[in-house]
Amino acid sequence: MTANTLQSERIHHYLRPKKSFPNVWCAGCGNGIVMGALIRAIDHLGLDKDKVVVVSGIGCSSRMPVYLDFNTLHTTHGRALAFATGVKLAKPNLKVIVITGDGDALAIGGNHFIHACRRNIDITTILIDNKIYGMTGGQFAPTTPEGKIATTAPYGNYEKQFDPVQLAIGSGASYVARGTVYHVAPLERMIIGGIQKKGFALIDTISNCHTYYGRFNKEGDAVAMINDIRKQAVSVKAAATMSEDKLIGKFLTGVIHETDATEFCDEYQAMCERVLAKGGK
Amino acid sequence: MNSKNSKARLLQGNEACMLGALYAGVEFFGGYPITPSTEIAEGMAREMPKRGGKFIQMEDEIASMASIIGASNAGCKSMTATSGPGFSLMQENLGYAYMTETPCVVINVQRGGPSTGLPTKVGQSDTMQARWGTHGDYTSITVAPSSVEGCFYETVRAFNLAERFLTPVIVLLDEVMAHMREMMVVPEEGEIEVFKRHRPDVPREWYRHFEITPSLVSPMASFGQGYRYNVSGLTHDQDGFPTAKPKEIVDKLNKLRRKIERYSDEIIKLRTEKMEDAHIAVFSYGIVARTAFQAVKMARERRIKVGAIQPLTIWPFPDEQLRDMLKNVRKVIVAELNMGQLVHEIRRVAPRHTEVIPLQRYDGNVMTPSEIFDKIREVVK
Repeated sequence: MTANTLQSERIHHYLRPKKSFPNVWCAGCGNGIVMGALIRAIDHLGLDKDKVVVVSGIGCSSRMPVYLDFNTLHTTHGRALAFATGVKLAKPNLKVIVITGDGDALAIGGNHFIHACRRNIDITTILIDNKIYGMTGGQFAPTTPEGKIATTAPYGNYEKQFDPVQLAIGSGASYVARGTVYHVAPLERMIIGGIQKKGFALIDTISNCHTYYGRFNKEGDAVAMINDIRKQAVSVKAAATMSEDKLIGKFLTGVIHETDATEFCDEYQAMCERVLAKGGK
Repeated sequence: MNSKNSKARLLQGNEACMLGALYAGVEFFGGYPITPSTEIAEGMAREMPKRGGKFIQMEDEIASMASIIGASNAGCKSMTATSGPGFSLMQENLGYAYMTETPCVVINVQRGGPSTGLPTKVGQSDTMQARWGTHGDYTSITVAPSSVEGCFYETVRAFNLAERFLTPVIVLLDEVMAHMREMMVVPEEGEIEVFKRHRPDVPREWYRHFEITPSLVSPMASFGQGYRYNVSGLTHDQDGFPTAKPKEIVDKLNKLRRKIERYSDEIIKLRTEKMEDAHIAVFSYGIVARTAFQAVKMARERRIKVGAIQPLTIWPFPDEQLRDMLKNVRKVIVAELNMGQLVHEIRRVAPRHTEVIPLQRYDGNVMTPSEIFDKIREVVK
């Protein structure tokens, strides 16, 4: 099924409507769009709900697992990937998906992020990248562009910006993509690709925080911000034919990097088998 | 040499902990190198692959603690081992394990502190951290052996307590215990009880992961088993969903405390020596208990009516047991390798007529029997 045809009752099959709703997100937040894309991706792949584990850290985006009818682990700030690594190595037959934000994954969780990429462990990470700390009220994040206003950057942010895609590629992840909350069907396909990929997959998902980022920086409401995201996004394919000048102020979308590196749990298993074959020597 | 002695092995404390964990059926070890605990991780790296177990060296101790909680929720008996600085880093996720009632074992081989302190020297200055190390209200179980053999048995017991009460259990060692070597006979399989958490068998829709049952300890499902539940460090209701309702908050916090308090008789373990007629007692744990027992022997040879008390369970603190033991004791010497931690607990529980006398050493060395003996002679006057 595709984005438009998955009926609402099918969506409800993956939600926990009784206890956890209404959700905590602001009206117009991109988090719900990503959640919808994730559900449709999982439905498309026909994954067994009992075998899916969704792990998250702390922040607006990290509240998502609470609403989802899988095995869900809502952990501590920045640590989702470390918890997820424990789950995956303990039971490699489980599908492990991590939901995280830019502050969660790249600031407090930066160390865990690069090492999960380096191990190339089979975890699909959806990083909802809204360039600000939403839950704590609008502080600057490692992804906040220079010059932008946040409550802890009242005169404009003077720190450099992290690029999670380059960070993941440099750290060894085998599937690195960037999507947006405007381009929903491609986002869904990237999530499907990430889950199917044996190895660490990052889907950096550009999203909107109109409540803080948009308001502080006069970028308008949710619709205006998502429209800006649309204008700034250039697919990898289109970018190949564009001059460098034309790419200023734009960001690339699509599957940016894919390799067939060996996966951590497979390597561990292979090592165990070698050790046992030698009689435990 | 008889057959029993032929099975005796010369082991160090860290090795005995590792063998104890394997005996208890550990399935997952996540750790980070730190002196003086590293031999435990090294042993696990060698042994786990041969036994179908999982070993991972994480990027730091925060991640180590996170990984074992993840693995435990996936159904594995899990553990880590560390020392002071690493134990500090683990406090964040230790709190998560208490809150989410996740069984796991954390071995802390104590060295001198604060900060990097004395990496290769002995200390007992994490005693209070083992009880109060992470933020918030919770109750900890902490055990502390005083011999190589004890390292083995207390590690097995730590796993049993963790699985029984669905909580982290801390094993407090110290640098000397971890590295000293003694002979011990590793018990045969089946010789001592090994407990594994109860799994639910109710229909899926009846299962509540954090149910407050009359026993306060409910069966625990694992990820992948078919019971899809939410685990959160946010204060949660019995289904695991975040709550801000005063009654649900109080019910949760009471459960964390009461499930330990109610079973404290089952958890608390003490060893005593010559306490029957003692007017003076020496209270100590870990390596100091070893020297204290020797000091008591020396004093008894001089007809001083002194006895020794050693808690093998430090937390929960054995309040009732000590009140009873100190009934006829005029003076209790509290000997520890820190600037005074358990002495405050003894002051809290000691009867009015019992004088509490601290004896502390914190120069990175073990308190000797003669130091304790001298103190006994001083207070007997």
